[in-house]
Amino acid sequence: MLSRVAENIYWMARYVERAEDTARMVGVNTNLLLDLPKGIAPGWRPLIDITGCNETYEASYGDYTERQVLKFLIADQDHGGSILSALRAGRENCRTIRDIVPREAWEQINELYLYGRDELQQGMTKKGRHGYLKQIILRCQTITGMLAGTMNHDRGYEFLRMGRNMERADMTTRIIDVRSANLLTDTPDLSPFDNIQWVSVLKSLTGYQMYRQSMQVRVRRGEVLRFLFQSEVFPRSLRHALRNIEASVEHLPNNEAAQRALHRTQRAVQSTQVQGLDTQGLHRFVDEIQLGLSDIHKELATAYFLPE
Amino acid sequence: MSIDWKNYPVGRFHDELIDSDNKARAHAKPLASFLEKMDEDELAARQAAADLSIKEMGITFTVYSQEEGTIDRAWPFDIIPRIIAKSEWDRIEAGLKQRVHALNLFIDDLYHEQKVIKDGVFPKEVLADSVNFRPQCIGVNPPLGIWAHICGSDLVRDKDGTVYVLEDNLRVPSGVSYMLENRLVTKRVFPELFDDYAPLPVDDYPSQLFDTLAALSPRPAEYPEVAVMTPGIYNSAYFEHSYLAQQMGCELVEGRDLFVGDDDCVYMRTVDGNSRVDVIYRRIDDLFLDPEAFRPDSTLGVPGLLRAWKAGKVALANAPGSGVADDKVVYAFVPEIIRYYLGEDPIIPNVPTYRCMYEKERDHVLANLDKLVVKPANESGGYGMLMGPMSTKAERETFADLIRHNPRNYIAQPTLSLSTVPTVVGKRVEPRHLDLRPFILSADKIQVTTGGLTRVALRKGSLVVNSSQGGGSKDTWIVETPEKA
Repeated sequence: MLSRVAENIYWMARYVERAEDTARMVGVNTNLLLDLPKGIAPGWRPLIDITGCNETYEASYGDYTERQVLKFLIADQDHGGSILSALRAGRENCRTIRDIVPREAWEQINELYLYGRDELQQGMTKKGRHGYLKQIILRCQTITGMLAGTMNHDRGYEFLRMGRNMERADMTTRIIDVRSANLLTDTPDLSPFDNIQWVSVLKSLTGYQMYRQSMQVRVRRGEVLRFLFQSEVFPRSLRHALRNIEASVEHLPNNEAAQRALHRTQRAVQSTQVQGLDTQGLHRFVDEIQLGLSDIHKELATAYFLPE
Repeated sequence: MSIDWKNYPVGRFHDELIDSDNKARAHAKPLASFLEKMDEDELAARQAAADLSIKEMGITFTVYSQEEGTIDRAWPFDIIPRIIAKSEWDRIEAGLKQRVHALNLFIDDLYHEQKVIKDGVFPKEVLADSVNFRPQCIGVNPPLGIWAHICGSDLVRDKDGTVYVLEDNLRVPSGVSYMLENRLVTKRVFPELFDDYAPLPVDDYPSQLFDTLAALSPRPAEYPEVAVMTPGIYNSAYFEHSYLAQQMGCELVEGRDLFVGDDDCVYMRTVDGNSRVDVIYRRIDDLFLDPEAFRPDSTLGVPGLLRAWKAGKVALANAPGSGVADDKVVYAFVPEIIRYYLGEDPIIPNVPTYRCMYEKERDHVLANLDKLVVKPANESGGYGMLMGPMSTKAERETFADLIRHNPRNYIAQPTLSLSTVPTVVGKRVEPRHLDLRPFILSADKIQVTTGGLTRVALRKGSLVVNSSQGGGSKDTWIVETPEKA
C-alpha cells in the first residue's frame, strides 16, 4: 500500500470522526444550557477551550456568544476543526483514494459533505440545530459502519481504524480536561447542577447509558473519570481507543517505534489512580496523555506516511 | 406521439443513421424502428434514467471555473448509440494501425538519424520550431523502439461520407474510460436493443492496455509493477486515471509517491518500505515529468525520472518527446510520412490542410479567414481556435495578426460539414454533430479499440464536441451489417 494512500485513509477517518464528535459536543452543550440556571451555566466558551483554538477564535470572533461559537464550530471554513471543514477535508481525502474506498462509501461521504454544506443555514438556527446535528452524527456512523462492512480488512483498514481511534482518544481527553476544570469539587456529594454537568460529559461521549450499565453506580466524579479513561469495554474510553490502535499496529511492518510510544501511554493510562486526582493533578495527567498521543502520531507518520 | 423519421431534419449533412431520403441506413434499421415504437415520454424517461445512473456511478469530469473553483461534473451522455458497420470499421482500423505505425517510425527517426529530414520529406525548420521536440530524448532507445504507446486519433466524416483523420493525440489522450462506461450505461438503459443487435464488446481495453504496458517492462521475466501516474484530483481527467488504475489492478501514483534511487531505478514509497516500479503510464505532460530535466518548478514530477528512463530502468508510456508528432503542423505532413516509411498510400485521408509557414498557403488562409478553421499548433481541447464562418471581424483581425506574427504556429482547414446523428433533445430527436476518437495501443502488437469514444456537440448547430465546452458523448457500436432487406 502506498504511503500517501495510507495517510489519506488515516486522515479521512480522523476527519469523519472529528465531525461526529464536534456535532455531539455542540448538541450536548445546547441541552445542558437549557437545564442549568443562568448564573451557573458555563456558557459556550468551554467548547472553544476544548478545541484549544482560543487565540484563533478571539482574533476573528471576539466574544463567546452562542451564535459566534456555533459559527466557529459548525461553519468556519478556515478553522480545520469546524464540522464543515472536517467534512470537506474528509471528502477530499477520500476523493484522492477513490480507487481504494468502496464506491458506496465514497458516495456516502460525498453526500454527507453536500448535506453539511447545503443545510448549513438550518443548522445555525435554534430550531433546526438538533435535526442538523443528528443527521451529521447518523451519517458519520453510517460511513463507519459501511466501511467496516464493505472494505477489505487489510492494511488500509488498519489505517482507517487507527485514524478513528486517535481522534477519539484526543477528543475524550480534551472533553474531560475542559469540562471537569470548572466544576470539580472533591466533595463526594455533588450538587444537583454538578451532577447534571457530569452527565453531560458522559453524553458528549455518548457514554451515559453505557456508564450506567457498566459501572452500576450513580454518576460520580471518580467513577466517571475511571470509566472514560480506563474502561475496557466502552469504545470511546481512552484505554479502549489505545488498545484498538495497538491491535492495528501489530499488523503492520516496521512497527517497533510506534509500539514503544503506544505502550508508554498505555502504561500511564492504566497505572494512574484517576479517581483520586485533584483538579491540578487531572490537568497534568491529561497534558501527559496529549503529549503521548502526539508521540504516537509522530511515530506512525515517520514509519508509514510520506516524508514531509 | 412517437418519433417519425420523415420529420427528422437531415439537412445538408451526412447523418450516421438516417439517409437523405429519411430512411434508416442498413445498419441502423433495427434501432430506427425500435425508437419509432417508443413514445416521447418513454424516451425522455430513459434519458433521465441514464443521467441518474451516471450520477450514481460517479462518472465525472472536472472543470475549473472562476466562481466555483474546481467542481466534479457529471458526464453528459446521450442514450441513442452511434452505429458503424463492421465492414467500414475494418478499413478504418487498418488505416489507424498504418498511421500509428508510421508515426512511431517517424518519432524514432527524429530522435536518431533524422533520415526523413535528410531525404527532404520533412522540413528541418518545422522540427526546429517544434515546442514538443525534446532534445533531452535524442539517442534514447525506448523498449521495442515504440514511443507513442497510446494514441487517440480524432476522426470526422464530411458531407460526402468520407472519413478523415482530424488530429492525432500522442501525448496524454483521454476519454477511454467514458467509452467503457458509456457501454455499461447503454446496457442498463436499452437492454431490449441488444436483442436485435450484437455490438462488438469494448471491455477488453483495460487488459489490452495492461498487456501493452507490461510488454515494456525492463524486467520481462518477473511480474511487472505497473503504475498509473496522475497529476492529482484537480486534473480534469482524474476520474479516468483512477478508473484505469482500478480496472488494471495497479497503483495510482502521484509524483510525490515516487523517487529515483542511486541505482537509477524508480521506487514507490509504501507502507512496507520502497518498492520498485517497472512501467509508468504517465498522464502528466512531458514538461512536468522531471524537474531535473524539464521545468524545475514542477512539483508534480519525480526528480531523476528521465535519467531512470534513459538508463532503461523504467519504461514511460508514452515516451517523453512523443508529442513531436502530435503537433498540428506535423499533422499536415503525415500522408508523406506514411508513404516515406511504409511505401503505402494512406488508407484514411487527412483533412486538406494549409500550412501558414509557406507563403502561398498563408496568403490563401489570410484571404479566406471567414471560411476556414484556424488552429494553433500545440493546443488541445478546442482552445485558441478561430471558427471562420462563425467569427466576428475583430476576431478575424486578431487571428490575422497572430498568424503574421508566428506563421509556423498555425494551420488552417476548410470547415468540414461534420456528420450528424440523432440525439435526444427534451422529448424529441434532433441531429447533432459528432466525431469519433478511437484509441490505438502499440507495443509488441498494435491494437485498436472497437469503435472508440463518440463525442457529440449537444448545442444545436455547434461543431465543438469537447466536454469542457458543451460536448457530450454517445455509446459507439460496431455491428455486422444485416442482410439488405
